[in-house]
Amino acid sequence: MGRLFEMLGSMVTRFIRYQGEVALLLVETVKALFLGKVRWGLVGKQVVAIGFGSQLVVIVTGAFTGAVFAAQSYFKFSEFGMESAVGAVVSISMCRELGPVLTGLMVAGRVGASMAAEIGTMKVTEQIDALRAMGVHPIDYLVVPRTIAIMVSMPLLVAEAIGFGMVASHLTVVNGFGVPGTWYDHHVVEHTELIDISIGMIKGFVFSVVIVMISCHEGLTAKNGAVGVGKGTTAAVVISSLALLVFNFFLTLILNYMSPLGTSG
Amino acid sequence: MSSDSSTFIETESLETKRPCAQESESKCFFEVKDLKKAIGGQKILRGVDLNIRRGETMVVIGRSGEGKSVFLKHLIGLMSPDAGSIKVEGQELVGLRERQMRDIRRKVGILFQDGALFDSMTVAENVAFPLMEMGIKNREELLERVGQALDKVELAEHMAKMPINISGGMRKRVSLARAIIGEPQCILYDEPTSGLDPVVSESIDRLILRMQKNLCVTSLVVTHDMNSVFRIADRVAYLREGKIHFLGTPEELRDSQDRYVRSFVEGRQVEEE
Repeated sequence: MGRLFEMLGSMVTRFIRYQGEVALLLVETVKALFLGKVRWGLVGKQVVAIGFGSQLVVIVTGAFTGAVFAAQSYFKFSEFGMESAVGAVVSISMCRELGPVLTGLMVAGRVGASMAAEIGTMKVTEQIDALRAMGVHPIDYLVVPRTIAIMVSMPLLVAEAIGFGMVASHLTVVNGFGVPGTWYDHHVVEHTELIDISIGMIKGFVFSVVIVMISCHEGLTAKNGAVGVGKGTTAAVVISSLALLVFNFFLTLILNYMSPLGTSG
Repeated sequence: MSSDSSTFIETESLETKRPCAQESESKCFFEVKDLKKAIGGQKILRGVDLNIRRGETMVVIGRSGEGKSVFLKHLIGLMSPDAGSIKVEGQELVGLRERQMRDIRRKVGILFQDGALFDSMTVAENVAFPLMEMGIKNREELLERVGQALDKVELAEHMAKMPINISGGMRKRVSLARAIIGEPQCILYDEPTSGLDPVVSESIDRLILRMQKNLCVTSLVVTHDMNSVFRIADRVAYLREGKIHFLGTPEELRDSQDRYVRSFVEGRQVEEE
């Protein structure tokens, strides 16, 4: 029994310590953003790697999620003769939840893993020590460019996923199931407001910070060679995905409190 | 230096390195006092005291796992000690924050054991990195200085290659070019000749001597290579059980009757009493 408590205590301590380390990294990064030297060339490279490199993943995810969600909604709504309302449901869901969450999960898998692996490899091969030895702060050189790049890219990727989701849902319902396009589009436009899209992009922004901090932390704390880098990479994807879902819940509550759904119009 | 080791010694280098070391005998570049460090519960450094004079070449020897590299990393704050003091040109390093160490670190170049080259950059970009971080952006100047630095390590023709495409020894030499390009006041060498063939090892030793001759650079070399020790050292420190067990000139090292020193120099097991 005592051993069980000891294990639980150790897990809780590790969890709190981990959160503290990530929070400290965030504080250091914010300080570096304002006090350190921003390397805009590296930011540009990271924007290309994160933003441009995630195009296929985000487009496919957004489009097929929109299409599948529209199809499922249509099957149920058609029982009540409300086919044209499918657009409104898909639009709100894509903007507020599915777009940001699925984009976040895909980026966590693609970009988070890459960040943790790259930084982790640099750590175990003394490249980070080499940076430090040359008077270059690793946070300035490695974390800040990635943070700026992902903060810029993620909201745009979310908007892109929403856009492709909406186009795919239109094609599915209108072209696939013969629902009148004018009615479908009318419902989409009538029930979707700028705030819905903004909420998706705000979530994307917050998720980007979660992903970059957790992934960079895993990279910067990697040890024990290739095995350590592998563990760090896996942890970066798993922890940032889970954290993203938890953050999404609280963000949904907060943002819905600020802009309640269903009271507009 | 006695005649029996003369095969390892460049007469020219002996003439040139000593004045530099003697000129500033009283001034220390590094002053290390009672340095202690434990890693994972194991005491690695148990109170190291060592002063490294400006312009001298200090060689630290010791068996594997004795903490030579750990000691070297402490000198520029890559590791923080559990206790003790490290002064660099009179300025206390222990307790400084990462950003506060920048000016100290820019006075010191370091050659890592495995090179630690940035694998996303070419050889030329790696060598140019310290200059670019110093704010030099002029392409011609960068190319010229990178070419000169790579010339010194006989790798000028490999500028465009990626580190993955060159051998371990070449990576080490590129790392050395990167360490010297910023013309630091001090260079730390972590096993500069390990894994290299004897010809390249000797050329690296020559380079260490040349840096001292031309620029009066302070050097701290961590090595197992006794040939190198007798070629380059002004003084030798033998690290044993986390402390400096022996400190003296290469001649004193060779003449030492201490059984641990003798066994290390002669490369044999310590005889039990």
